[in-house]
Amino acid sequence: MSLRSKTLELLRRREKAQQGGGEKAIEKQTAMGKLTARERVMELLDKDSFSEYDLFVEHEARDFDMNSKVLHGDGVIIGTGTIYGSPVCIFAQDFTVAGGSLGLSHARKITKIMDHALKLRIPLIGINDSGGARIQEGVNSLAGYGDIFFRNTLASGVIPQISVILGPCAGGAVYSPALTDFVFVVDNISKMFITGPEVIKTVLGEEISMEDLGGARVHAEITGNAHFFASSEIECFEQIKKLVTFIPWNNSRKALPFKPKEPTKEFIIDKIVPDDPKLPYDIRHVIRAVADDSDFFEIHELWAQNIVIGFARISGDTVGFVCNQPLYLAGVLDVDSSDKAARFIRFCDAFNIPIITLVDMPGYLPGVDQEHAGVIRHGAKLLYAYSEASVPKVTVILRKAYGGGYIAMGSRHLRADFVFAWPSAEIAVMGPEGAANIIFKKEIAEAEDPEKMRKLKVKEYKERFANPYVAAAKGYIDTVIEPKETRKILVHAISVAKDKTNTNPHKKHGIPPF
Amino acid sequence: MKKKEDKKSKEIVFKTLYVEETKYKTIITKKFENRKVWQNPDSSLVYSIIPGTVSKVYVTDGDTINEGDKLLVLDAMKMKNTIRVPYSGVIKKVNVIEGQSISKGFVMVELDIQLLNIDNKEVNS
Repeated sequence: MSLRSKTLELLRRREKAQQGGGEKAIEKQTAMGKLTARERVMELLDKDSFSEYDLFVEHEARDFDMNSKVLHGDGVIIGTGTIYGSPVCIFAQDFTVAGGSLGLSHARKITKIMDHALKLRIPLIGINDSGGARIQEGVNSLAGYGDIFFRNTLASGVIPQISVILGPCAGGAVYSPALTDFVFVVDNISKMFITGPEVIKTVLGEEISMEDLGGARVHAEITGNAHFFASSEIECFEQIKKLVTFIPWNNSRKALPFKPKEPTKEFIIDKIVPDDPKLPYDIRHVIRAVADDSDFFEIHELWAQNIVIGFARISGDTVGFVCNQPLYLAGVLDVDSSDKAARFIRFCDAFNIPIITLVDMPGYLPGVDQEHAGVIRHGAKLLYAYSEASVPKVTVILRKAYGGGYIAMGSRHLRADFVFAWPSAEIAVMGPEGAANIIFKKEIAEAEDPEKMRKLKVKEYKERFANPYVAAAKGYIDTVIEPKETRKILVHAISVAKDKTNTNPHKKHGIPPF
Repeated sequence: MKKKEDKKSKEIVFKTLYVEETKYKTIITKKFENRKVWQNPDSSLVYSIIPGTVSKVYVTDGDTINEGDKLLVLDAMKMKNTIRVPYSGVIKKVNVIEGQSISKGFVMVELDIQLLNIDNKEVNS
């Protein structure tokens, strides 16, 4: 056989294997409004950058007549490629091959590319579209999942891990995405749950649709399991590509810098932030007003909206923003918002991304549901994450910073490197109304007109304590700045803190209040 | 132009949220609005703590019962859970029949408790 004919043989085999589950199965996939695994990889990666491995891998199952079945690539595509020139490892489960079910060879391919990613120290992207364990392969399937979870855990904090849910992802399978850093979902396509509607119905008698139980919206809005929500697969891929530009390849690098750009938006502070601390505004306008090119890439946009997190750039370098959002629930801290922010802070810290905190919050959300949901433990996550983080930390207090929330939101006491405050900042042990009612309880009660006295005392308290100067006098904040200087001072802080070093005491690992 | 205004007014509905006696104008999230509001537990009501199917009912209205007596069997999670009465008293009302599927938090049985082990005031209040 000549090399030419051998090459032709390769092409023939390759073409056959690349068909996945064949025409009929592909038609079905398309009818569900889904791209095929191969199309997804091609859409996501730079043109012609994909290099595939293990195309010819076959399953080794012998039971239940499996030996007679050919499953191309065993239902998963793996390989390396680039996104805007940055290298990534990728796997994509192929639903057209035996429902993307996970057998031993399938799992081995995934763990191979995971090991590869960890060795090469480049991000891992996993596209999930699978009916779950391949039942015919029994305990081997379970072993496969376990091997994947273990590698997700070891890779955590070393390389960025991204999960894309583009089909069902049920049972144990959901735990791989849950262990990764960012989960992307697409409306009507993504489904995630531990036990499906059928089991819930037989065991518990509760009837619920797949969409209501674990659809994209549920995870983007209610559970917070998904970080990004898109209405189409193409939109989802654009989000992933954008995310990749903000994050480094691994934990010993920094994100690739961009060319510094001024914000496109003019910063007219009076138009964005109301004088009255009780009135709402959208904190994202402030972020866009200070970020390069006014570009803010929000994470968890639909969940725990009372805190805003996401990436932006300051003079070309990636930064993570953590900001109270007065537009929703007055920007209070609660179970979900603490959880959301704490995890993001730990991501930034692991991957050398400075953290900018914008503070405007009245405290913790009161309520039995919050207390019983464990706001103590969840709130503590935020303290833990800020304290532990050794990346540059810059905090700007815009308006309210009351009580425990003042401490939690990147305060000096949790090792912030720079703490700035606007002249409108109110740094106090609690809101003026509450404080006055306690301190002047007697005077108010004994006054001829208690309501008038109360108002007078609130005003008195406000004038004396609801300002940035009490904290500035103690050095808890470094500088009181003009609002319009905010970008300038952020640029300065981020640039002088580039080589910041900070050490934590030696330990195997801390024990955060998970 | 008018259309645009309509859209805007639909999108943003501000409400009031109290934090430490201060009123804040803000948007209330769906999750917060739908949160479970706390209710004091009523010791005379027997709730299901898990959704399931009632497979056996041992009591009827007006029965006198003693602490530890069987009330019913609730099949859930492939287990037969025998529900026993925590206090002695009289059955005021049985709200389930055999074969009925119930959700979590369903009031299965109402009791008239002859106050034995629990504080009088607590139950009556």
